[in-house]
Amino acid sequence: MNTNSNTYTIVYATVVVIIVAVLLALVSQVLGPRQQANIQLDQQKQILGALKQDISNCDDPAALYFSLVKDTFDCNGHPVYVAEVEGETKFVLKLKGAGLWGGIGGYLALNDDKNTIFGANFNHESETPGLGALIVELPFRQQFEGKHIRNAQGEVVSVAVLKAGTQAEGQEQVDALSGATITSTGVSDMLKANLAEYAAFLSELPDYQPEAEEAEVVNEENQTSNQTEE
Amino acid sequence: MALSQKTKETLLGPLNANNPVVVQVLGICSALAVTVQLKPALVMGVAVTIIVAMSNVIISLLRNTIPMRIRIIVQLVVVAALVTLVSEVLKAFAYDVAMQLSVYIGLIITNCILMGRLEAFAMTNKVWDSFLDGLGNGLGYAAILIIVAFFRELFGAGTLLGFRVIPESWYVANGGFYENCGMMMMPAMALIIVGGIIWAHRAINKEEK
Repeated sequence: MNTNSNTYTIVYATVVVIIVAVLLALVSQVLGPRQQANIQLDQQKQILGALKQDISNCDDPAALYFSLVKDTFDCNGHPVYVAEVEGETKFVLKLKGAGLWGGIGGYLALNDDKNTIFGANFNHESETPGLGALIVELPFRQQFEGKHIRNAQGEVVSVAVLKAGTQAEGQEQVDALSGATITSTGVSDMLKANLAEYAAFLSELPDYQPEAEEAEVVNEENQTSNQTEE
Repeated sequence: MALSQKTKETLLGPLNANNPVVVQVLGICSALAVTVQLKPALVMGVAVTIIVAMSNVIISLLRNTIPMRIRIIVQLVVVAALVTLVSEVLKAFAYDVAMQLSVYIGLIITNCILMGRLEAFAMTNKVWDSFLDGLGNGLGYAAILIIVAFFRELFGAGTLLGFRVIPESWYVANGGFYENCGMMMMPAMALIIVGGIIWAHRAINKEEK
């Protein structure tokens, strides 16, 4: 048979492509549910990270997740996870933004005052190892704990990620990662943009009292003092 | 099983004298990208070995039927199908590693070692020889990846396969004298290590010739 004729070439190419297509479709169908379960478990682990749960020695993160997260509802197309940690209600918000090389994301857990950050967890697709990729590590994440996303007037102003030594205007701040300016700015922008998306959820707090104290000091007498500073 | 001289050469040649990375300098891009830690390097090595061996076998089986004018396309389709297969399996059974390797599993398609072996060997050789050739080249690639990743993880993070090798108490943060070499985390250092391996390899093989 002449393997170089046009007809043979076309038929050959068609047959090869059809066989491959059927094979891949089959594999995708068979493995699909397993992959979905993995993606879901990964998301649950990240939410647990934002809720400051140590899952490195946890056998069944999914069970822990379902014991903590009581409810999920939708705000403006973005999910809000309602969790209960040691008797206190926490709200976990989903974050999505852009780093230096690719997408970054994360989860931000707020106390029930919808102001104080309980914990934060970040992930990234392809930030530089040892530099931007450090946003997933505890030292960076722990900086956010106890910070407030509102200013003294109760407006949502987010938390800035700034180079150590610079001072944010009218909002609280954490230290940026040295050598990873664009990733740090990405985290800062991501927080600001995503909190704006959650405006509807964050504003539904009728008896909200602006909190004006330092992160650690609680002083109910002095609610009109200056904005918090770090 | 006693291996004939030719079989031995096909299988073991690429591990040393004809190594795809250090002699033919192929597949460098992924060698730089996935060698920060030992575990992804191992998985990448295994994935490439399986894919080279399998695609070599398939192309060798088809070699007399493939129309010459579209042979590169057919090779690419076979490689792409196998890579997609491996990627799907990893996502289902080793999700963490799949995420770590991210795009680099997909980029095995563009790894020059694959197309090189298909064109140079599988198109003109029998199935068993092609299989051994693929196995040898995949292992040769994996060997270099593992050496590079060994040094990068050991000196960059003080761990091997995630287990701590350099004790915590040595670190400056805990009052010790040691600090991780941040340079090891950068792709540039992988290139320098590969360069070092090529240097050592050439120096040794020169004496033999």
